[in-house]
Amino acid sequence: MAYADDAEHEELHEPKSFWTKYVWSQDHKVIAIQYSLTAIVAGMVALTLSALMRMQIGLPGVIDMDAATYYQYVTMHGMIMVIYLLTALFLGGFGNYLIPLMCGARDMVFPFVNMLSFWFYLLSVIILFASFFVPGGPSGAGWTLYPPQAITEGTPGSGWGIILMLISLAVFIVAATMGGLNYVTTVLQARTHGMTMMRLPLSVWGIFVATILALLAFPALFVSAVMMMLDKTLHTSFFMPAMVSLGQQLDYSGGSPILFQHLFWFFGHPEVYIVALPAFGIVSDIISVHARKNIFGYKMMVWAIVAIGGLSFVVWAHHMYVSGMNPYFGFFFATTTLIIAIPTAIKVYNWVLTLWQGNLHLTVPMLFAIAFILTFVVGGMTGLFLGNVIVDVPLSDTYFVVAHFHMVMGVAPILVVFGAIYHWYPKITGRMLNDTIGHIHFWITFIGTYLIYFPMHYLGVLGMPRRYYAYEGYDFLPESAHDLNVFITVVALILGTAQFLFIFNMLYSYFRGKVASPNPWKACSLEWLTPDTPPAHGNWGDKLPVVHRWAYDYSVPGAPDDFVAQTVSTDEVASESATDDELIELEGHQPSET
Amino acid sequence: MAIAVVLALLVIGSVLFNFLTPWTFTPIASNWGSIDAMIIITLAVTGIVTLAIAVFLIYVLVKYRTRPGLKAHYQPENKKLEWWLIGLSSLGIIGMLAPGLVVYNDYVTVPEEAHEFEAVGTQWRWMFRYPGDDGEFGTSEPRFINGQNPLGLNPNDPKGQDDRIILANELYVPEGRPVKALLRSVDVLHNFFIPQIRAKMDLVPGIVSWFWFTPTVKGRYEILCAELCGVGHYNMRGHMVIAEQEEFETWLASKPTFAESLTMGTMGGLIEQGKALAEGQGCVACHSVDGSPSLAPTWLDIFGRETTLADGSEIVVDEAYFRESITDPRAKLVAGFPPVMIAYDFSEEQLDALVAYARSLGADSETTEPEAATDATEDSSGASDGAISLAERGEQVASQNACSGCHSVDGTEVIGPTWKDLYGSERTFTDGTTTMADEAYLRESILNPAAKIVEGFQPVMPAVSLTEEQVDALVAYAKANSSLSLEGE
Repeated sequence: MAYADDAEHEELHEPKSFWTKYVWSQDHKVIAIQYSLTAIVAGMVALTLSALMRMQIGLPGVIDMDAATYYQYVTMHGMIMVIYLLTALFLGGFGNYLIPLMCGARDMVFPFVNMLSFWFYLLSVIILFASFFVPGGPSGAGWTLYPPQAITEGTPGSGWGIILMLISLAVFIVAATMGGLNYVTTVLQARTHGMTMMRLPLSVWGIFVATILALLAFPALFVSAVMMMLDKTLHTSFFMPAMVSLGQQLDYSGGSPILFQHLFWFFGHPEVYIVALPAFGIVSDIISVHARKNIFGYKMMVWAIVAIGGLSFVVWAHHMYVSGMNPYFGFFFATTTLIIAIPTAIKVYNWVLTLWQGNLHLTVPMLFAIAFILTFVVGGMTGLFLGNVIVDVPLSDTYFVVAHFHMVMGVAPILVVFGAIYHWYPKITGRMLNDTIGHIHFWITFIGTYLIYFPMHYLGVLGMPRRYYAYEGYDFLPESAHDLNVFITVVALILGTAQFLFIFNMLYSYFRGKVASPNPWKACSLEWLTPDTPPAHGNWGDKLPVVHRWAYDYSVPGAPDDFVAQTVSTDEVASESATDDELIELEGHQPSET
Repeated sequence: MAIAVVLALLVIGSVLFNFLTPWTFTPIASNWGSIDAMIIITLAVTGIVTLAIAVFLIYVLVKYRTRPGLKAHYQPENKKLEWWLIGLSSLGIIGMLAPGLVVYNDYVTVPEEAHEFEAVGTQWRWMFRYPGDDGEFGTSEPRFINGQNPLGLNPNDPKGQDDRIILANELYVPEGRPVKALLRSVDVLHNFFIPQIRAKMDLVPGIVSWFWFTPTVKGRYEILCAELCGVGHYNMRGHMVIAEQEEFETWLASKPTFAESLTMGTMGGLIEQGKALAEGQGCVACHSVDGSPSLAPTWLDIFGRETTLADGSEIVVDEAYFRESITDPRAKLVAGFPPVMIAYDFSEEQLDALVAYARSLGADSETTEPEAATDATEDSSGASDGAISLAERGEQVASQNACSGCHSVDGTEVIGPTWKDLYGSERTFTDGTTTMADEAYLRESILNPAAKIVEGFQPVMPAVSLTEEQVDALVAYAKANSSLSLEGE
């Protein structure tokens, strides 16, 4: 490939000063860590907000919190977690780190723009957090920011809060676009010798398709943010009908609140797959490495990722079944939503079939991957309830929805994040994360999240609405429902506190962790084959790697070891006594090009 | 093998939880049992598949855990198995989608015989409307909304004149008859949800959305708002009563029509009017009247109460503070309560009625005499229990019932004869007859205005429903405005 040839001849301009190495860095690995640390800090703030929210729901009165503050926490918790943690971490964090390494490239194809992407992301985080300090406080309109209430009195933060929120989102989208162009172009253009698309690890496929989704979906959010900003500041009426607000006639007319919902969810549904697809890809890789077995049905897994990505653009209105949109749309969107379950189910079967007949090492990354399978199946199944329009009618806006999206977005992908960090930490830092702390962290997190979100579905079946500051005095709620809220709150507080174990492990192990070998898990993919650990600037030294096989040659019959790295040619690995069949396998499985 | 054990425990626990949990469907009170059936079908299909995957996962973890000498199988793919799995999954999906869409088709197909009600959402309470005898709703727009017309009905639309207005947070529906709920919001998004009915739909300002159901079990059910609508969202409660047809009709007949509501022709004295306002405008949704803890300060014994405001200052509740709290609730918030009350632009008369009602709830011996906001006559007794002269009372009744719209007290002839010097005068009617305007005549003119039309005036006075006490008061007022007198009265 042209890139690979050029990359071997071009000069490597290594950064020399502290500032160009660690701050204004154009190195994808540094940018990845900058993104990840920022996202994790944002996530810790959002986690704290959720603890406060649960205090109000489960143990009202213990903390002095009024309804306005509660709704502001609800909104900021949701927005930070979805956009500023999950999206930033999977794309900006894992995408930046893994894509060039797994492709065999020296860096992203537009390193300067890549650097800007991080600084715009950081700016968007600062703007969002600034909304805590402006008059009126941050927006309390819910992370979905529905008009008219997002910009009218009666909703907290409908002044400066919503303005800063919208500006922050716009800046984030600029960052995501700059990063996204890098990830897509690097995967398409900068793969090393012999690295065809169908030899890429699924981590890359997941992040690659997710990035295409981001580039196509974020513009819908961008325009709705701009239109809402105009409605707020210039009194246009994109989303604002003729209305009164707390007794005052407003001077809007003719706008449609449902238009906002269509635009928002046209972005919003692909957004959840922007979070999920990288998780799917990464977990495939973790499972295959620690099971010493190729991912089952690689080609089908790639197609499933592509199909899910494409279908994710035609399901959005399943978030709007009771929005007042034309009821006949329900037939269409229920159908597409249930269809998207099929490629998703295939992926689940293939993960389990990868474990089947494997050689399973129950390391901490593997434990997180297994926990992902269970929680993703549970969370995904409840999506089938909500996707089927008539079943959604009683369940929408209840705790069934809250339980569903936390399980499928907040639990399962986060388990993948933890597993992935335990898996790649040795490559990133040259040290292993502490195994004992890892196990404790794993058990508390897995069991804790399950205990919180599984029973919560049943509160939704009962009819308990979401986004309520208090539930006192409702006759239809039995006393036991309040008891369950207390239980969930207590588990959540324990779970939240336990996450500090993970933070501690990351910090402690950086300085005192066991020194790691370059490829401690004995994995096949390129990122483990760098000459230096952690990889140096330029990743590969003088020569880029040459790829001879796919990324999943584990336990190949006839091979001397239970893995054959991607750069190993058949000659190197075949013994003189290899049978013909064994030779065929050793040639490296070639999923046919498409 | 801890992971396999924990997985097994979680799975077994989940299955047991599902069958033993107290948190399940509320008892259904509508025809939408088919939705419950769909939930059960979905639970069965997804539950079985989840169980199968989980059991297989546990099996695999035990059987293939690493041990010396174990080597993984090398099998990149198995196309046949994959296509089987795709096929079976598709069957499962179709098995849920097909019946689901059939039931949904019922949901979007309103039965022809369905009658209708309208639910109007506003921050943060419910209002309702039934069509009148003409069976049709009048049109509405937010620009018509004011203190008299909170639903924003078009006063010029004849179809709306007979619509029944329900301003309390409580709706009656007749049992057994399918009904289409027409939903409208005057401000932000809301959602009308009653768990026992199962159906729900957003209220969207600018459009009319709908759903239908047949109420099947008598009872009183809570209405919940199910779309975030600001700080009061969690407290936007209402009630729906499913009642026998007769009880429903009685309830409906007691509600004013739109036309009546515009003229404030509500029955009863000032206190009753205040009570009706307090219930109809939703004050009692937050302010209890019996001293029980509520979302806003209780009105029992409110006058004379020492109260700490949100800014720390101390006040004693008097009439001025009470009135201000209604028209500008943010001005002096009481400490310990959320600032969610909206301002009400009531007329002075409405405020008078609310003050009287609140006073009637308890003694306020500490307060000074109420500042009269209406033009009280000079012999106002100003007693602390709110008693006023009958003539003053008549003045109130006159203004509340829009008499003063047509009858002046200063001698100017408006649409009807002036009340100045009316009593005791000789009246000439259109049929040529005459009479002295005595009490009997005054009474008759109020209760049966068409009987004798005064010459020179049009026969346009509407009949008003007033109590004996109100009529007495008006007569006293008319007498007080007359320098004439009659023997014997």
